[in-house]
Amino acid sequence: MTLALAAKEVAAKLETRFPGSIVESNNNDIVVKSQSLFGLASFLKTAPDLEFNYLAAITAVDYYNYFELVYQLTSLKHNHSLVLKTRCNDRDNAVVPSLVKLWRGADYQEREIYDLLGISFTGHPNLKRIFLWSGFEGHPLRKNYL
Amino acid sequence: MALKTEPFVLNIGPVHPSTHGVFRMRATLDGEVIVDLEPVFGYLHRGIEKLAEERTYTGVIPLTDRLDYLASMSNNLAYVLAVEKLAGVNVPERAQYLRVIIAELQRIAGHLIAVGAFLNDCGAFFTPFLYMFREREKIVDLFEMVSGQRLLYNYMRIGGLSQDIPEEFLPALDKFVQQMPGFIDEYDRFFAQNEILLARAKGVGILPQEMAINISASGPVLRASGVNWDIRKADPYSLYDRFDFDIPTGTASDCYDRYRVRIAEMRQSLRIIRQAMEQLPSGPVKSDVPRLLRPPVGEAYAHIEAPKGDLGFYLVSDNSIAPYRCHVRAPSLINLTALREMIIGWKIQDAIIIFGSIDITMGEVDR
Repeated sequence: MTLALAAKEVAAKLETRFPGSIVESNNNDIVVKSQSLFGLASFLKTAPDLEFNYLAAITAVDYYNYFELVYQLTSLKHNHSLVLKTRCNDRDNAVVPSLVKLWRGADYQEREIYDLLGISFTGHPNLKRIFLWSGFEGHPLRKNYL
Repeated sequence: MALKTEPFVLNIGPVHPSTHGVFRMRATLDGEVIVDLEPVFGYLHRGIEKLAEERTYTGVIPLTDRLDYLASMSNNLAYVLAVEKLAGVNVPERAQYLRVIIAELQRIAGHLIAVGAFLNDCGAFFTPFLYMFREREKIVDLFEMVSGQRLLYNYMRIGGLSQDIPEEFLPALDKFVQQMPGFIDEYDRFFAQNEILLARAKGVGILPQEMAINISASGPVLRASGVNWDIRKADPYSLYDRFDFDIPTGTASDCYDRYRVRIAEMRQSLRIIRQAMEQLPSGPVKSDVPRLLRPPVGEAYAHIEAPKGDLGFYLVSDNSIAPYRCHVRAPSLINLTALREMIIGWKIQDAIIIFGSIDITMGEVDR
């Protein structure tokens, strides 16, 4: 069974190393500030007892007041998992750092989020629409689209 | 005097028999060698994630059929597992066993098409494909018995199955399970040491282990690169922890190993089905779930080992009758991440079989 790591404990560990980067954490997930996302993610990927070498999935949800990005991290070595989240509040200029440099698996999934929810990823090597054509107006998975 | 040459751009697809759907590869060629490649998606984008936000939880099940339409049962299973996790629904044991039997049959059916189409791409035109369809037909017959459908089954329900199996199902399944190993032996006899297949597929389209993990590859693509990772073992769902089976892995990370892993997985699936048939209890196949289910506010992520790989559903509930958000983690799309690196340097005819060995369904890539 993939062990879902106690998010609170991991959050406490991250807080000592990256003070002020955690927004909140509960039993299931950690919400981090988007500015510190990349640093935190690379720590989670390389720290010997965590080693999240496999980014299982990324998605984003539109909660009207903010977008929430959800990263499902897995370690194939230790067989444990963690849900990492970040938020961005600015609907017109939603930007978060890209994790493609850490996990190439983020490539198409970030393009998908950019296409359907209109969130930009800084540092993405090829950020353009993936399913819809380049002249398409709007981002269909936003709650205010239709 | 050297001849002046310049790169040439060739569009392979979107309408081409070797792209297994409406997939397009924009290849830049130097002679016959591919020097750059850009996959282009979206020709089958139907906005299924958006449509799901307007339907009841049960009403989304037919939409999931249309993701990977060659493995509708697996899609159903992944989705209902996510809803059951979200709403805290219990599933009767008989339904759990039947789900395992059906999911494994679906894996065999999916791998038969994958292998058949792959051999087709290798140049063995339609003879192996038809052999594989002969066996797949029996699985489709079994699915027709339980669901009345032959492609888009819409069989699983939140809390169980839409109906119990009819009495002719188990004898027919028993006959299939007895016959199938012989057919797989036949495939091995025809293809495993086939000189053309070896020449075309061995050492072609290598996806190194490091890269396979880094691009979040899953399913036979990941395992052929030597990673022993199968959701059924790593994170068991339904009742997979009760069955005894092995995880076939490859060593060479090439097209041939991806083919071998799929053939070996079919044998393991038959092993699981046999055990599940022996242990199958009687009882109800569906627990009491309100038709207009309103899961508590929250979110759930459930994933299964589908024929193509790690298929996950991420659901968010706002306590209404429709999902607030329904995201599909599509193995077909993510397995294509390294397609460019796998193909660059090979010739056009190799690109076709490298692409074929990944095994994708456009319904799931584009959603």
